[in-house]
Amino acid sequence: MTDRLDSYIDAVSATLDLPIDDACRPAVRANLDVTLKMARMVDEFPLPDATEPATIYAA
Amino acid sequence: MQLDPVLNTDGSWRPASDIAKAVVAKQVTALAVTEAALAKIARHNPVLNAFTDVTVGRARSTAKVIDAAIAAGKPVGPLAGVPFAVKNLFDVAGLPTRAGSKINLDRPAAVRDATLVERLEAAGAVLVGALNMGEYAYDFTGENVHYGPSRNPHDTTRMTGGSSGGSGGAVGGNLVPFALGSDTNGSIRVPSSFCGIFGLKPTYGRLSRARSFPFVASFDHLGPFARSVEDLAIIYDAMQGADAEDAACTARAIEPVTGLLGQDIGGLRIAAAGGYFRQNLFPEAKEAVARVTKALGVTKDVELPEAARARAAAYVISTVEGASLHLDRLRTRPDDFDPAVRDRLLAGAMVPAPLVDRAQKFRRWYRSQVLELFKSVDIIIAPATPCIAPKLGQRTFTLDGVEQPVRAHIGIYTQPISFIGLPVVTVPVPLDPMPIGVQIITAPWREDIALRVAWALEHAAIANAPSAKYL
Repeated sequence: MTDRLDSYIDAVSATLDLPIDDACRPAVRANLDVTLKMARMVDEFPLPDATEPATIYAA
Repeated sequence: MQLDPVLNTDGSWRPASDIAKAVVAKQVTALAVTEAALAKIARHNPVLNAFTDVTVGRARSTAKVIDAAIAAGKPVGPLAGVPFAVKNLFDVAGLPTRAGSKINLDRPAAVRDATLVERLEAAGAVLVGALNMGEYAYDFTGENVHYGPSRNPHDTTRMTGGSSGGSGGAVGGNLVPFALGSDTNGSIRVPSSFCGIFGLKPTYGRLSRARSFPFVASFDHLGPFARSVEDLAIIYDAMQGADAEDAACTARAIEPVTGLLGQDIGGLRIAAAGGYFRQNLFPEAKEAVARVTKALGVTKDVELPEAARARAAAYVISTVEGASLHLDRLRTRPDDFDPAVRDRLLAGAMVPAPLVDRAQKFRRWYRSQVLELFKSVDIIIAPATPCIAPKLGQRTFTLDGVEQPVRAHIGIYTQPISFIGLPVVTVPVPLDPMPIGVQIITAPWREDIALRVAWALEHAAIANAPSAKYL
């Protein structure tokens, strides 16, 4: 996963024209790793196909 | 002119309603009250670092206008002459809206006040300045690398909590009777807890966010901090109302709460949040929740389903929407960010889109589950923070033998609530040596119920805003 995440960061950085300085790269990588773990927690939860996103939201 | 009608013997502010009555009755002028606030700021802000801007000339002018109106027999509002300040992400005409950043100082000065500032001044309140905050509101500590940390008025070696750190310090330290802040994932409730004051995060969409600097559009709320529940209610009522300039702001009719506070709460169904909300608590947080639930006669727990996953989804949406907001600044001025904020935002820019969509769909599911819970309960009690205010600069704490990162852990009980926009009053439980808050959570649009329960706790002497030892 180490190599894949590094490669992914390189690819997104280039695609988004979003430079990642070498000095901050370890922290960005660590943050992305945590964020993807959080996203995976959500992704693992089964939802019905008909579930609407809450993007436009009214409480 | 004596300040007895507006200050207690220990120098703390009397309630805003008392201050306004004294001003209207000409026992004290609005200008004298404003000068008292400015003197407090001048004396204590060098240590507390709550204010980034003090609007001296504007405040004196506003106060004089109120005094002239009273002298002429014209009506003034329910907050006549009451000083207040706002987190520096609110637009204040004549100031660049910092939002805790160095970058935004280069923006032109705001030409018009935020809607909520306008509404409060229309009610007679007097803006005295803008308050320190964590950079771009992506913060739970109140620390700021550009402007220095907000300091906790109960122990200046400790955090105020964030991101509305200056708001917590200014009200907890009695520099002003009330303040405004914002809450995306906990930024009103955390400083309320750490600084020992009352805070209201209304329902998502209840109060206009027009002309405030955003963070996460899906979750951003604005709301007040005060030293009593009645003050929270008066301030909240003065700010309610539709606003076409905020797409999320409700068109519901204004629902005033101030006159309802003393209504009996005996018929309300109150439960404590179990499961997730009973774990990872320091003893002080357990004690605070126990005092509140005992006073309210709570005998049962309810479980918010999948709360840990809700917090995870809130985390993902926050970092992605934050990254989207700041993408150009991340490209062009990365070195001008707080490095910790920048590196989280850069990571947020890299989250694949389907995972964000999944988080927004999960949000819809979770909302339906929690709204179902509110068919059997009216109020849910939960801790606001897992601990009292940590030391400034503290990176980790040990809980149940496990070392945890402070920054990420502070908001674990607030994030699953703001994730679906529920209204919450945070009440301060005055433990010694440091206070800590408890969340009074209710269903959307029922701020009235949460405020009534908070009022009952205040009048039962379970919750109150303690005087700051530093002062």
